Amino acid sequence: MVNRNPVTGVGSARGGTQQVDRPVTADNPSAQVIPLHAPEKEQRVRGTTGSAKCPVAPDEHGDRADAEVVRLPGTARQDEPPPGGPSAAPVRTESPYDDLLPAAAVKALDFVRGRLTGDYNVDEYGFDAEFTEIVLLPALRVLYDKWFRVTAHGVDNLPPGGGGLVVCNHSGTVPLDAMMTSLAVHDAHPKQRHLRLLAADLLFEVPFLSMLARKAGHTLACNADAERLLRHGELVGVFPEGFKGIGKPYSARYKLQRFGRGGFVSAAMRTGVPIIPCAIVGAEEIYPKIGDLKPLARLLGLPYFPVTPFFPLLGPLGAIPLPTKWHIEFGEPIPTDGIDGDSDDPLLMFDLTDRVREAVQQMLYERLSQRRGIFSD
Amino acid sequence: MPSNIVLVTGVGGELGGKLLARLGNNPEFERVIGVDTSPPPKRVIARMGHAEFVRADIRNPLIAKIISTSKVDTVVHASTTAHPAGPARRVAIKEMNVIGTMRLLAACQRSPLVHKLVVKSTAAVYGASARSPAVFTEDSPLMPTSPRGFASDAVEMEGYVRGMQRRRPDIAVTVARFTNLIGPEVDTVTSRYFALPVVPTILGYDARMQLVHSADALSVLELATVRDLPGVYNVSGEGVLTLTQAIRRAGRVELPVPGPVLPTLAPLLRGANLVDFSRDQVRLLNYGRVVDTTKLKQEFGYTPRWSTREAFDDYVQGRALRPVIDGRPLSALVRKIALAAATGQASAH
Repeated sequence: MVNRNPVTGVGSARGGTQQVDRPVTADNPSAQVIPLHAPEKEQRVRGTTGSAKCPVAPDEHGDRADAEVVRLPGTARQDEPPPGGPSAAPVRTESPYDDLLPAAAVKALDFVRGRLTGDYNVDEYGFDAEFTEIVLLPALRVLYDKWFRVTAHGVDNLPPGGGGLVVCNHSGTVPLDAMMTSLAVHDAHPKQRHLRLLAADLLFEVPFLSMLARKAGHTLACNADAERLLRHGELVGVFPEGFKGIGKPYSARYKLQRFGRGGFVSAAMRTGVPIIPCAIVGAEEIYPKIGDLKPLARLLGLPYFPVTPFFPLLGPLGAIPLPTKWHIEFGEPIPTDGIDGDSDDPLLMFDLTDRVREAVQQMLYERLSQRRGIFSD
Repeated sequence: MPSNIVLVTGVGGELGGKLLARLGNNPEFERVIGVDTSPPPKRVIARMGHAEFVRADIRNPLIAKIISTSKVDTVVHASTTAHPAGPARRVAIKEMNVIGTMRLLAACQRSPLVHKLVVKSTAAVYGASARSPAVFTEDSPLMPTSPRGFASDAVEMEGYVRGMQRRRPDIAVTVARFTNLIGPEVDTVTSRYFALPVVPTILGYDARMQLVHSADALSVLELATVRDLPGVYNVSGEGVLTLTQAIRRAGRVELPVPGPVLPTLAPLLRGANLVDFSRDQVRLLNYGRVVDTTKLKQEFGYTPRWSTREAFDDYVQGRALRPVIDGRPLSALVRKIALAAATGQASAH
């Protein structure tokens, strides 16, 4: 650690001169004061990847032990579009002192820097992978691991790559099941794939929630978006029961509701991706809905206003979901590319819809029969 | 059939003027005539080659005379404004958009020599709402956000264009639907919006934005004029920026305003001669809009040289926008504090 001390000494000296400080964190990583220190040489070369615009070759820095000279490219105007294009990952400045910090802290600092300078990528749906992995998923993971103790089964049934449509049962008054399923896919899948959910338009009306949903990569449940995602080889999650499913009373738990108009099936058929039935057990009991305040729901523009034994009786305390034990099971994929006949044939579509529905219902019953108790692991 | 005599409307504007200069320096054309109520900027006149400027209003029947007497065979309609930059008389703009287009199209239909029409339209025709798909293709239904805004004018205008196409199937029509234009020199509502030191946004929403660089917009219009590429095309830079991301990149201060309050704030900004917040604009800031440009790249054969992000960065640098809050020193500071904390702990052990 004694050897390191001069490094930190330079770090504070660097902070003293503002002119030198600025280009260091700009998107020109070569303009760093590292040349003064030989030990960090290999790190500097790693840091320069992606700065093709820099007119000075990285090796030249070694000879000039002068930060003033290297500062120039950073101040130059960048008229030409960078060669990387929009698909290239944002260039991260790697400080030579990074090895002093734990990896998580470096990651967090890079994240903060990206947020402050607007240097991050979102896709056309607004999906912000970095934000999702650093902020959203860890928050959900607490709920996933500690509160619901979710166990994922049949992860091998998820396609290792390429498009796939995950069809799940919907329940729980609040779409926690959707969030847990996306986390289950992400954490259990060997490639950490993101499940892109299709949500009701109501979600995109709500401030904050709509923003978070977009950032997490979810989009509107419409054929155009579904097919586009599937064609681009994304794993798409859909809850065809919709509000009928999520808002069903406690007495109807684990009874699959009607599967909408089956638009999801035609999207899968048109793109030829497999349908993966998915059963979520445990979510149906988190908010046992025993009543519905319809006038209040109408007033608030909601599809239902749930009454549970604890809500709204206990106020915000009643809004805490019951800590049930969850199982999320992914079933045998149902291929759609081998089916002959066109996707516009309604009978064919209804057949396939029923097949998927049956598969989910079957999986639900099997899981339920194996379950010892609602809360027991 | 190659174009020979070209008429360009809206040359008094930024884009129209530059297009006139580009076409005027193209020796393929025998004549290039620019039409507008106001002359192009001086620097455009200085380098517009053999192009001519005729002061005429497209709402006036005179336009038909110009088209027929000068034997125009290609008409480029670039005078439509979907996003007026500053506070302007709405009635005047609407009249220019709708009545002007009607007159111009009527003149085109009458003249047997016209065989090509290029129309500058806007991606605002798709609207923006919670029910909109994330990405609009050219086939998406046109649903302007409000029945009276400029976007609905554009929908109306495209309707007239389709009507004319039906009556004159021999005219090759290219409609280019541009996303919001940006660049160091253009003056649009977007460029004014991000130049505000404090940028009002809608609380709880982070719209996806797509921008097209003015140089790319110009190239697309020029290409459509020079070649025969009929059809409807979305024109936009690659990639997406979110609103907050763009604000950070420009170093502006974000001021999230609850959605219902913004309509009351909008007249203030308009009154202060800053930005014209139309309803279309507010909806765009709320829900965002992204278009699919596959058709542009594959059928039209043009790949925009500037992505959304590059176009925006070029605008920020070209305008020399001084950041109000610079994220870079700020993040450097955070890093330094973290470092000090880490090394402090390390030395303590």
